[in-house]
Amino acid sequence: MKYLDEYRDEKIARGIVAELVRRTTRPWVLMEICGGQTHTLMRYGIDEMLPAGIELVHGPGCPVCVTSLETIDKAIEIASHLEVTLISYGDMLRVPGSHTDLFHVKAGGGDVRVVYSPTEALKFARANPSRKVVFFAVGFETTAPANAMAVWQAKREGLKNFSMLASHVLVPPAIRALMSSPRNRVQGFIGPGHVCTVMGYREYEDLIREFQVPIVVGGFEPLDLLEAILMLVTQLEEGRAEVENQYVRSVTFEGNLRAQKVLTEVFQVCDRKWRGIGGIPESGLSLRKEYAEFDADRLFGTEGLTADEPAECISAEVLQGHKKPTDCSAFGTRCTPENPLGAPMVSSEGACAAYYLYRRHAIAASEGR
Amino acid sequence: MPQETKLDVAFNCPVPITAKESILLGHGSGGRMSGDLLRNIVLPALQNPMLERLDDQAIVDVGGSRIAFTTDSFVVKPLFFPGGDIGTLAVNGTVNDLAMGGATPLFLSLALILEEGLAFDILRRVMESVRVAAALAGVVVVTGDTKVVEKGCGDGLFVNTSGIGLVSSGVRLSADQARPGDRVLLSGTIGDHGITILSQREGLEFEGAMASDTAALHTLVADLLGASGEIHCLRDPTRGGVSSSLNEIAAQSRVGIEIEENAIPVREEVQGACEMLGLDPLYVANEGKLLAIVAPAAAERILEAMHRHPLGRNARIIGTVRESHPAMVTLRTRLGTSRIVDLLSGDQLPRIC
Repeated sequence: MKYLDEYRDEKIARGIVAELVRRTTRPWVLMEICGGQTHTLMRYGIDEMLPAGIELVHGPGCPVCVTSLETIDKAIEIASHLEVTLISYGDMLRVPGSHTDLFHVKAGGGDVRVVYSPTEALKFARANPSRKVVFFAVGFETTAPANAMAVWQAKREGLKNFSMLASHVLVPPAIRALMSSPRNRVQGFIGPGHVCTVMGYREYEDLIREFQVPIVVGGFEPLDLLEAILMLVTQLEEGRAEVENQYVRSVTFEGNLRAQKVLTEVFQVCDRKWRGIGGIPESGLSLRKEYAEFDADRLFGTEGLTADEPAECISAEVLQGHKKPTDCSAFGTRCTPENPLGAPMVSSEGACAAYYLYRRHAIAASEGR
Repeated sequence: MPQETKLDVAFNCPVPITAKESILLGHGSGGRMSGDLLRNIVLPALQNPMLERLDDQAIVDVGGSRIAFTTDSFVVKPLFFPGGDIGTLAVNGTVNDLAMGGATPLFLSLALILEEGLAFDILRRVMESVRVAAALAGVVVVTGDTKVVEKGCGDGLFVNTSGIGLVSSGVRLSADQARPGDRVLLSGTIGDHGITILSQREGLEFEGAMASDTAALHTLVADLLGASGEIHCLRDPTRGGVSSSLNEIAAQSRVGIEIEENAIPVREEVQGACEMLGLDPLYVANEGKLLAIVAPAAAERILEAMHRHPLGRNARIIGTVRESHPAMVTLRTRLGTSRIVDLLSGDQLPRIC
């Protein structure tokens, strides 16, 4: 199929790998930021193709995975009000909160619906004025503009029965937190292609000045990722640390200025707790006070809700690249997609689920099982 | 907040999530949750070897005749969609379940569960589809039932059909018959039905005209059985898609199955929709396709027989049964690497970004 086949071509892939082998003189540890990139790497077995010295560790860029336990608990609490229709992106429904998930709330009679875009939630709110419609807005800078637009539109229309449980997260502060950790092993980043489509890559130049770490903004197809890895290794081997853009067909330096405008109109930067990682300063987006009337957290009085994460889950270590999913004693046994202990096992973009879904046979073979 | 305006979502409940005992939508997905439901609740109550084969149909001996018997319920939203409607599905689905056992379908039952308020006109249109589909498939609806439920207790119309057919004495098809070396054949493009329904339901508009592939497959099956006696298993990959059917065969035959990504035919518009929504066509439902597990020597002959039938023109050999990694399905990707094609837990969920 056009625009896909050319990015999944075996011959070109083998060519890039051969070049990678030629250029690699020593081991390097690279991190892909996005869950979507992790998914592609696992789904196409790209880890199988790389030279032995190149190690990929999987970053925190899965929105489902890093949404804090208490945010899930808040959504569950809000959805359990009989006058509420909670509208969410599909993969949030299976994420375990402290004691239940949204699928079970739905089965128990809660009105929980799945949409593909927040504008559908707006439509539902207009058509059902007697329902309190709450949109569960999670995700990175990618989903934030559309969610901001929905709130902006709701305010303009004077829609009284629409609100948003907003728990957006931002990529650059997460990279800063990873790089500042004394245990950091990452020597180069594959930057988040979709996030940079919205935000551009100006912010990533600051990170390079701060940490002298190469960042290559990468796409999501197999050849995008192989090319980004080659560009990173080339920089590392040559002793450079720059921002480079592999995903030129989508990403520009400035990004999408109109999307950024609506985003900053509606949201402000705030401190945010990340599941598995903990609090990261100035790493989230929340509604500005001008839009407080649309803040579900305030409207339903869930602001004080807190929750502790299960002790056995090592998702903190996985999401920061310190450990691989297979290093976890619960992986594939006590923790599976049917019974996830932590969020990385829930979404197919979570590192643990991607290993479980696509690589289990290779893991079994390497362990002689 | 008064107590009665809230659901009892227990924040102090110590029970793990999976121990909550109620049906979730995922139990109807055809994936691992559906299998667990059967194994944990349904089968223990009804233990018998015919049911435990978990084939699409049971084949029972009645007075020396081999009778295939099956039942299927149809709950689809919207009731009408490009390529068919709930009536067409209800006839073809049951005809196909019989055909996958190698049976000649003969008689169907039809049970209608009607929701209060359903327009007569809708029911008339569905019944006309049932009539046409049954005539095309050469089956007769000989018995039936109607029930009406209160408004809000059904989705307009639910349909159940059961069917019986006759199986020739030499035919033995079952999901436990796959042998290492066997080839895996697929009769055409995958994902057409599921993506058509999804895009209709969600009001998503994709380029290109998509339609459900709903069709009765028994004449295709008859042609295949006529071409070779070395067909070991047939399955129509409906709910849960090709991956679920192959996983069931791999588990029941205790073999591995390896398929080739490059060999699997997917229409461009279906592939495009799947890419946009983050879905894998291997898990999307089909209503007019079959998978055949056949002896290696007979594979080409059976493929040619498929190609001669109008419903098998796009048939391909997509894989091979292996001795290695029993009960697991693997896929050789277009990059030449390999990955697992697992049974999904519940429904495929579109991803966030």
